[in-house]
Amino acid sequence: MAEYAIEMLNITKKFPGIIANDNITLQLKKGEIHALLGENGAGKSTLMSVLFGLYQPEEGEIHKNGKRVTINDPNDANALGIGMVHQHFKLVECFSVLDNIILGVETTKGGLLQKEEARKKVVALSEKYGLSVDPDAIVEDITVGMQQRTEILKMLYRDNDILIFDEPTAVLTPQEIQELLTIMKNLAAEGKSILFITHKLAEIMQVADRCSVLRKGKYIGTVSVKDTTPEKLSAMMVGRDVNFVVEKKPATPKEVVLDVRNMTVASKHHKNNAVNNVSLQVHRGEIVCIAGIDGNGQTEFVYGLSGLEPLKSGTITMNGADITHLPIRRRLTMGMSHIPEDRHKHGLVLDYSLEDNIVLQRYFEPQFTNPFGFLKRKEIRKYANRLIEQYDVRSGQGAVTKARSMSGGNQQKAIIAREIDKNPELLIAVQPTRGLDVGAIEYIHKQLVAQRDAGKGVLLVSLELDEVMNVSDRILVMYEGEIVGEFDPKKVTVEELGLYMAGSKRKEAVR
Amino acid sequence: MLLLIQYTLIFASVLILVALGGCFSEHSGVINIGLEGIMVIGALGGALTMRYLTAGMPAFVVILLVVLASVISGMIFSLLLGVAAIKFNADQTLVGTALNLLGPAIAVVLVRAVNTAESVDNVSSTVVYGQAKKAFLVNMGSFEFNWFMLIALLILIASYIVLYKTRFGLRLCACGEHPQAADSVGINVYKMRYAGVLISGALGGLGGLVYITAGVSEWKFENGVAGFGFLALAVMIFGQWRPINIGLTALLFGMFRALSNVYMGFDALVALKLPSTIYNMLPYIISLIVLVFVSKKSRAPKAEGVPYDKGLR
Repeated sequence: MAEYAIEMLNITKKFPGIIANDNITLQLKKGEIHALLGENGAGKSTLMSVLFGLYQPEEGEIHKNGKRVTINDPNDANALGIGMVHQHFKLVECFSVLDNIILGVETTKGGLLQKEEARKKVVALSEKYGLSVDPDAIVEDITVGMQQRTEILKMLYRDNDILIFDEPTAVLTPQEIQELLTIMKNLAAEGKSILFITHKLAEIMQVADRCSVLRKGKYIGTVSVKDTTPEKLSAMMVGRDVNFVVEKKPATPKEVVLDVRNMTVASKHHKNNAVNNVSLQVHRGEIVCIAGIDGNGQTEFVYGLSGLEPLKSGTITMNGADITHLPIRRRLTMGMSHIPEDRHKHGLVLDYSLEDNIVLQRYFEPQFTNPFGFLKRKEIRKYANRLIEQYDVRSGQGAVTKARSMSGGNQQKAIIAREIDKNPELLIAVQPTRGLDVGAIEYIHKQLVAQRDAGKGVLLVSLELDEVMNVSDRILVMYEGEIVGEFDPKKVTVEELGLYMAGSKRKEAVR
Repeated sequence: MLLLIQYTLIFASVLILVALGGCFSEHSGVINIGLEGIMVIGALGGALTMRYLTAGMPAFVVILLVVLASVISGMIFSLLLGVAAIKFNADQTLVGTALNLLGPAIAVVLVRAVNTAESVDNVSSTVVYGQAKKAFLVNMGSFEFNWFMLIALLILIASYIVLYKTRFGLRLCACGEHPQAADSVGINVYKMRYAGVLISGALGGLGGLVYITAGVSEWKFENGVAGFGFLALAVMIFGQWRPINIGLTALLFGMFRALSNVYMGFDALVALKLPSTIYNMLPYIISLIVLVFVSKKSRAPKAEGVPYDKGLR
């Protein structure tokens, strides 16, 4: 038997003007968890598309169990036992878990679907690997973690033995991440070979056996995880040393810039309030962080602040002015900046050009619109180019690039450029580093600290405990729509925070 | 009363067939707003076949030939939508609207051409098919049974089984909900969408035939099908894209439509002294009201109306 389950040897894939994969070799041993590490745009997706037959490489070979194979489309990959959990799940939401699993490989008898046998197999698989999920539940009713387990079961049901996980932890809560990592270990122990695409170093250190690193389309190397450190890995990935600790001076909070009193926001999903009687203040020159597990009212709280959702009760005061009932544009022109949680939904108009997105909140200013209501395109271009340069937003065609075609990190940079350049009084940043790589995260953290040092109030909402501990000057924990604790990041441990986030401890916040 | 039931059933049959047609198309991910036009073309195919059939054929053969003609004309016409929407990623609503304009126009032009060819002075758009139509009818006492009632019921049951109990149905619905997911498990989304559109063409064409043969023995094609295609869309939405609900909704709408034909037979209704136009308007007004209340909660297939592009992630 060959040592490697799948080998991609000397793969080169070129696109017009760019070499996406330059002589990359990836060897996946049987029964190992192999991490594939690289920044956005390093060529991970291209490499996987080659493995799935979506692209044909110019050079290089793919071997399975030591034999050369050709993969022309995803069906070929399936036939070779290669399966993938996509970052965005490929599940039909109104189907049951079972229907999703059998879709494409249904067994029929007399033209009718035979689901009983399939159900038995699914139940057996889920017990074997600890993938608890109800086969009859409808996908849209179950948690993200369960949906992911459904995706894993889909691969197992097809008897795939090479399992690819594409950034599987990006959408999970800390507890679900631990469950997933355990499941991955179980799978590997049962002889499945796992390719784990990620840029979270802690997870690599925890589960992976080996790690291959790509940078800018080039193969940097493969290391054994037990012989390396997160620092070494990130240096390989970024090409320089990355500072994990955010450098910042102690905060010097000044006057109050945001004062929220007794905010209550109704929930769209249930009868209880999503945000319940929350009061907090943000001062100039400090970063206040709202920590908590996803879905505990942080989103609705920010919607209330920014005006995307009406308040049921409570008041919001910014710089002494009551903005509770002001429309969104008034809030923005009065000095609120908002880096939204969902950059595709609330951050950008994806089919607009980069320059139009950059000027999206200011196009009506005399600087960009003449008295007859026509846009001054030249001025807009000039302004956009200045921001693109200043904030290092990279894109294919500069100011006229469609936002949709840009990488996630650069989309986020464009939003940050727009929001910070407005010179805000208050900067609200919701999960500003979600889905971004280490280099981009470092950059964004620096920007947040720079805003604080320039005397702005910064309100950060984050699910990442590392970010919460590193960046903030004051931590508020939100649980089920309420603030259940206030902490100084220097005096609290991650474990302590976790207890508050999970709702097992609470104290009245100091206001 | 018997007459009301008879008309209710026949109009419900039309709505069931056409709404199911829409249902298949939309479950595959293609909005078919062109059902009205497809109905007209199906009716045209059926009517011309009836007109030229030689007298004295057994009823079974007549039914088979006429049904086949309308089904095939409906399918061919629906291919316009299929090719434009699936192959060329056209806007499905626009193409559907084009079909609705095109269908009656083609019908009128063709019928006039046929009529003038026979007699130079005849420029009407009317097709007479009185004789052949009798093949579809069986008199049971005073109740006039139409074979289409049975056909509609069978197709309703078959649709339920196909959509929920077969591999084809599961795959079809996956294409309308999340085509990327379907593609990722090796389903050819394009093929499934063509299948959905063609089925809707077949059922829509058949529905058109049933509609014109419902009451009369000749049809003036200038009238089209009087908005029945849109009514069927309303039935489909009210029925939440589910065959059983569509069947029940069709009965309800069919009854309102039937009232306008037979309300003279009910003393209580005659005593109201409402103008007959009120009864004619009834099904359309009801559908308007129903849609206002239902459409907010409606669970349309998620990906319907969105052209599928393999490259897009």
